[in-house]
Amino acid sequence: MSFLRPTLFRIPVKPASLVAPATVALVTALLILIPFERSNGDTSGVISFLVSFLTFVAIYAIFTLGLNVQWGYSGVFNFGVLGFFMLGAYTAAIVTKQPASGNFTDYIGGFGGDLDLLPWLSSDEWLPHLVGLAAAAGVAGLAALLLAVPTLRLRGDYLAIATIGVAEVLRRVVIEETWLVNGTRGLTGVPRPLGGLVDSSDYKYLLLAICGTFLVLIYLLIERAIRSPWGRVLMALREDEMATEASGKNVFAFKMQSFVMGAAIMGAGGAIYAYASSSLTPEVFTHFFATFLFWAMLILGGSGNNRGAIVGAYVLWGFWTITLQFQSYDLPDLVETRMPYVRELVLGTLIVAVLLVRPAGLLPQRRQVSVWVERQLKRRPPSPSGSSGADVELSSR
Amino acid sequence: MIVLFFVWAVIDRRDAVMIGIVEGSILALGAVGLTLVYGVLKFAHFAHGDSMMLSAYCAFLLLSGVVTGSRPGVDAEVLPITVSDLPAASSEIWKFSFGYGLLIAMALSALLIAGVLVLLDRLVYRRLRRRNSGIVIFSIASLGLAIAIRSLVLIVWGPTPRKYTTVVRQNIHLPFDTTILADQLFIIAAAITVTALAYVLLFRTKLGKAMRAMADNPELARISGIKTELVIVLTWALAGALVAVAGVLLALQAQLDPQLGFVLLLPLFAAAILGGVGNPQGAFFGGMIVGVVQAVVVTFDFLSPGYKFSVAFVILILILLIRPRGLFGAKL
Repeated sequence: MSFLRPTLFRIPVKPASLVAPATVALVTALLILIPFERSNGDTSGVISFLVSFLTFVAIYAIFTLGLNVQWGYSGVFNFGVLGFFMLGAYTAAIVTKQPASGNFTDYIGGFGGDLDLLPWLSSDEWLPHLVGLAAAAGVAGLAALLLAVPTLRLRGDYLAIATIGVAEVLRRVVIEETWLVNGTRGLTGVPRPLGGLVDSSDYKYLLLAICGTFLVLIYLLIERAIRSPWGRVLMALREDEMATEASGKNVFAFKMQSFVMGAAIMGAGGAIYAYASSSLTPEVFTHFFATFLFWAMLILGGSGNNRGAIVGAYVLWGFWTITLQFQSYDLPDLVETRMPYVRELVLGTLIVAVLLVRPAGLLPQRRQVSVWVERQLKRRPPSPSGSSGADVELSSR
Repeated sequence: MIVLFFVWAVIDRRDAVMIGIVEGSILALGAVGLTLVYGVLKFAHFAHGDSMMLSAYCAFLLLSGVVTGSRPGVDAEVLPITVSDLPAASSEIWKFSFGYGLLIAMALSALLIAGVLVLLDRLVYRRLRRRNSGIVIFSIASLGLAIAIRSLVLIVWGPTPRKYTTVVRQNIHLPFDTTILADQLFIIAAAITVTALAYVLLFRTKLGKAMRAMADNPELARISGIKTELVIVLTWALAGALVAVAGVLLALQAQLDPQLGFVLLLPLFAAAILGGVGNPQGAFFGGMIVGVVQAVVVTFDFLSPGYKFSVAFVILILILLIRPRGLFGAKL
């Protein structure tokens, strides 16, 4: 019931910590300097490197935001991001692609040609993609709904185990059922949104703009939802489920909604990933890449803070890309073959270290009440005495 | 219906049932450790599967001394002294594919993994406990540790699957027209022995009583004078030893594969939840049931063997839907 206490009517003070800006600055500097050095000062090479880097940061930030809705805001515990990622990516791919043809391809669907419904604005360039995106979000949300019915009423960790299970089953289905989405051969040639509008050498800028737009839209959507009465119930039940239930809220329904909303966002992220990378193979979809990475991003960035989730995605994917750059240097054989695993080790220990040392992450969660209260505060600022450092970590979970 | 399934399986798919019992006894060992941690510390230990793989690799290191991944053209680095250097350590006992060296390696890696889990508790979980973190934070920390353990195994030994020996394994004929590998007989016997030891420790000693009291009500246990931190250390040690033996036996049955650890969580948790969380006997039978069902179901024509762990997931969902307290009730 902490949200009813009058102390909340203080304006959150900006964090004094310099850790977050310093980390971001360090990663940014390395991201510019290393490719600059490698390409011997070729600026255009550095720019195209940064553009593709930012594109993937935007995509991964969408997953981290989806996870933030589930874990950060409502304490719902999903270790199977991979499952919703795959559902979204493959759904979007089979919606937008042409039907299967040829000897070595076999997959269901392929509605790309049938979706050219509008006669204007060259709708074949974007309408199938929007339909695919909606279908991806819908399928992932539906899967979350089905999974939540048996598990969400039980202990939180049962849901986590069940989500690992869903992810593993889906991974097996994609590999074993070759008729479904072409098995291990994967799907290639997923059509790119608005691909015919610009020169192929400039397409990367457009792609960045598209991914960035979706990231901003999803960010605004979540921010708005979280500041609504609905969002306040979520945060209340994360802090104290029993008190929330005692105030007459249907805890199960709220948890369910946030789980489904997060999963749908992950599904949409999967669709955008499919459009951006244009080919999907099951080898990419490992538990490590598609689940742990996003957890590490969220924990590092600060769970319960959407900006933190985005910063976490930026910093970690930056770290990832920088270590990939190291591989182009002449390293000893012993180190070079182990680079990928060293990265994983850093990631695993990072999760533990952040939980121990800085549980709130780089950008700690701000106390936020509602749009209405914030508006009142702007009109009538409270007395400054005793209200410093009100940026409280809500870590008593 | 479950009983009918097992009767049919024993009649129709006897070989698969045997394999299922072998794999089930390995799962049972892991699940007993998991359920102990679950019962005493109240959180889902997601590093359990990876601890199992770590133990299998520790025994591999002790036996072969290989410390780097060998690739074509590069010889593996080998430690100067290994367990296999003991006199006649690798000469095969009876019809088994291993000598007493493996038993020593198994015991040593049980000690080692018990130590590792206790150390991780001191370094990580105790600090979280002191901060009164929620159980979910513990689970996320254990996920981070699972990633770290797995990547350590990959750094040291590389991703190629390995085996303890390449000796041809011998069959044994059992009554009722079944054959079984001698090694598999050893796996079942070892699993039952180790579980029996754990049972005695839990239900016939004061320490076990303290552990059960703590699982029942930590606050009451503390004010009754039970040294809760000591009980926690011993719980980790016991769980570590159990999971270590399970890991070595698993490597004996199949092969060492660093990627397997995380996926193993599915049958392990299915077994623990099937038996009732915090219930060691339940976890043992849960492990057996999951092992047999997995092995039998993948013999169906329409399912490829790749779905083995998916079967565990289906069992898990069914038990959560029908009887979330488990078949034998949640109790330690």
